[in-house]
Amino acid sequence: MSARIDITLMVNGERVSRSVEARRHLIDFLRLDLGLTGSHAGCEHGVCGACTVRVDGEIVRGCLVLAASLDGAEVTTIEGLTDSAEVADLQDAFVACNAAQCGFCSPGMVMAAADILRHHPTATREEIREHLSGNYCRCTGYQAIVDAVEQTLATRREDRR
Amino acid sequence: MNEIRTADSLGLSREDLPNSYIGRSVPRPNLPKLVQGRATYTDDVVLPRMLHAAFYRSPHAHARILSIDSAAAMLVPGVVRVFTGADIAKVCDPWVAVLAHLKGMKSAPQYALPLDRATWQGEALVAVVADSRAAAEDGVAALEVTFDPLPAQTDMATALAPGAVVIHPELGDNLAFQRTAVQGDVEAAFASAHKVVEARFVSARHTGVTLEPRSIIADFSRADDTLTVHLATQAPHMIQSVLATQLHLEEGRVRVICKDVGGSFGIKVHVYPDEVAVAAISRILGRPVKFIADRFESFGSDIHARDHVITGRIGVDAQGKILAFDIDDLTGIGPYSVYPRTSAVEGNQVVNLCGGPYDFANYRCSTTVVLQNKVPTCQYRAVGHPIATAVTEGLVDMAAHAIGMDPIEMRRRNMLRDDAYPYTSPAGMRFEGLSHHASLAKLLELVPVDRIRADQTAKRHKGVYRGLGFAAFIELTNPSPFMYGIGGARISAQDGATVRMDPDGSVVVASGVTEQGQGTETILAQIVAHGVGVAVNKVRVVTGDTQNTPYGGGTWACRGAGIGGEAALQSAIALKDQILHVAGTMLQASPATLDIMLGEVVDKTTGTPRISLAEIGRVVYFRGDTLPKDLPREFVQTRHYITKEYPFAFTNGIQACWVEVDTATGMVKVLEHWCVEDCGRVINPMLVDEQVRGGIVQGLGGALYEHCVYDEQGNLLTTTMADYLVPMAAEMPEIHVGHVETPTKESLLGAKGAGEAGTAGAPGALMNAINDALRPLGAVVTEQPFTPARILRALDAI
Repeated sequence: MSARIDITLMVNGERVSRSVEARRHLIDFLRLDLGLTGSHAGCEHGVCGACTVRVDGEIVRGCLVLAASLDGAEVTTIEGLTDSAEVADLQDAFVACNAAQCGFCSPGMVMAAADILRHHPTATREEIREHLSGNYCRCTGYQAIVDAVEQTLATRREDRR
Repeated sequence: MNEIRTADSLGLSREDLPNSYIGRSVPRPNLPKLVQGRATYTDDVVLPRMLHAAFYRSPHAHARILSIDSAAAMLVPGVVRVFTGADIAKVCDPWVAVLAHLKGMKSAPQYALPLDRATWQGEALVAVVADSRAAAEDGVAALEVTFDPLPAQTDMATALAPGAVVIHPELGDNLAFQRTAVQGDVEAAFASAHKVVEARFVSARHTGVTLEPRSIIADFSRADDTLTVHLATQAPHMIQSVLATQLHLEEGRVRVICKDVGGSFGIKVHVYPDEVAVAAISRILGRPVKFIADRFESFGSDIHARDHVITGRIGVDAQGKILAFDIDDLTGIGPYSVYPRTSAVEGNQVVNLCGGPYDFANYRCSTTVVLQNKVPTCQYRAVGHPIATAVTEGLVDMAAHAIGMDPIEMRRRNMLRDDAYPYTSPAGMRFEGLSHHASLAKLLELVPVDRIRADQTAKRHKGVYRGLGFAAFIELTNPSPFMYGIGGARISAQDGATVRMDPDGSVVVASGVTEQGQGTETILAQIVAHGVGVAVNKVRVVTGDTQNTPYGGGTWACRGAGIGGEAALQSAIALKDQILHVAGTMLQASPATLDIMLGEVVDKTTGTPRISLAEIGRVVYFRGDTLPKDLPREFVQTRHYITKEYPFAFTNGIQACWVEVDTATGMVKVLEHWCVEDCGRVINPMLVDEQVRGGIVQGLGGALYEHCVYDEQGNLLTTTMADYLVPMAAEMPEIHVGHVETPTKESLLGAKGAGEAGTAGAPGALMNAINDALRPLGAVVTEQPFTPARILRALDAI
């Protein structure tokens, strides 16, 4: 448990070098070592999606990825996604639709929804629900979240015309 | 009473009355931080010299602890100290969770960590404290604990039988509480009934699964003898009182701070022994100690709920008039009643609520609350309501079927009339004003019953089984001291709000009610903005700090809006009066001729701006010398509110559920769901709708998937989210919400609670929908959760 591994990676566009325990999960690396507390540990076995972050362009579970495996990787968390304004419209739609209550799932939910915006610009309500089914929300009943994603998709399609 | 000027009451659109915020869908000001990852949950707080606790938890449902060897654990790098029950008991007293008004209730003394015996699997037995959570867990793994396993009492049905394992021998038996309510002549009513229908209902043990696990940092400072606790809780003042008492501290030297909370649903309104142990450890070490439950610990130590088996009978006459209900509830609550609200309340609620929406004369309902070696149960969202509603509405549907009456007509004939109030139910509940018939009418505007029935018939010909189910309900909100205070618990039914105007004309409100995502802070801002006369974005809200808010109960039992909101409204009105008084002096006008609109003092009749609040603030705070010497200028006003006329403000509503049952696989697909709810004055329709939707999904989850499964030895088999299933987006339907508003006349605001209605009604509506679908096949299900296996068994397919 004391074996440490040196890694250098890009996190939210900033170069980061750390020596990590081999067992250190990405979510703990982000929260404890880098102070990026926007991502949350909800179940720590890959079901709830609260720790969803982007690694090399794809969303992953921060609790299922070992930090030691990320030497040279590019990681984006909710903090970086927000700073880049990539999903500012989606975040505004979350606020307008009341698509968050306690907010503990919200950063992971926004990361997963951002993935829909990138890869599935014509997703239907049903496909949105399917895509978000790896992200547990105990508060909202999901409908407002689906509304927010659907509205953002529609607005973006409209803008592209 | 109830004469607040809202846009609706003046016949104006909300845009025409710019400072009208009550009844308006204002977006939540605290949402941007949540969706940007800038919230501060307890686990995000890091303090200097902070240690981390991890617990060794009992692997047995019932066992004597023979020895605890911490030598190897102490050698683990980072481990600071190991604490046993005896270590903690030196600074922390045990507690007994009973309430005086629940007559005959009994429970055993519970220690933060038990002294010599484990009574449920998952119970915290030993704490290891280290410089990181990982090191603390390594320390736990290195502990050597030996046990003498004892037989476990797990089945509630045998808890009182001869030969049962008596969990606490000093109590004599496993009976924690029993109550029977009787009204009228039940036997005579059944004897005269045209039809009597009987059924057995099971509501499975499930749990809250807040996405943020239970979280605490306790920080005792010897320098000033104060304990500061950062805690994810619904009731900071209650926890302050409990920790002070148990740890022998002055109440005023305990401060509970509660920043953002990741969901609560009742899970975070109780006193957890492991959290008290963390406070005791900090008291001993004089350092901050953090404990964040992991999900495995959550399943084995967060309260469970709803473990009820109920037999019920309904008697009706030939016209479908309900003559009597006779209901017998049995519930298992684990080895201890949970402090300080007790674990008898859910059973007690079943007795209070069965038959609630209906006009009938004869009632008998009993609850028997027994101990068992499982996780303790306690109040979870909609306490007792989903059980009482499913039993009542299940029986009503069965009776309707037995006499060949449409379920809607059956309800219409039996629901309490909308002009019947005030009314006292056979269970003794007093209703100030409900709207069952208006709510049913509104529901039928939303639900296309004819189209659904036509679709149902057409689909049946193709072997597709769809069903429509209804469930009417009542819900208990705005509790008075009759809920806990009269039983001796230091839980405030009163709440306060302090409203202050700062020099720039902005307003701050500090409130004793708390926010866990419901939107409490938003509605407080709306109410204060409305009451004072400022734009809602000029109001800042402070909650969740015992040192900086008026004393109050917090947020539970749907009291945030109704109790906390009224205190906020009254303090806002008091501040407005004070501002107008000063403004009148400055303007040499009568305060009665002035009003405040969006931060400007205006002429009441013409609306002409006279002076801004910022200018008044400048003069009062910086040039008070220019005002008359005797002019009061108290720009901080506090008001408190407590309900006095009724023990509870009841709300009501009705839900409908439309499902498809796959008779080959037993899978249930919820196609659509509707709810009409009357929570009194709606402060923010968007937030209420989302409360209702979230509550419905929680109710559907419990009725379809969620189940804390135990084996006979008391081993909990569902300890991950892969085993304990919760509803996700794809399984859940579109939900339509409508409102009827019957404001309570007890308060100016008129608000009742809205947070639990969805959960109260959804399981019953779903059950009736499934049984409507299965009726042509002769199958009936009454045991939740309605899993594929249970449905296939009902169909005799397996």
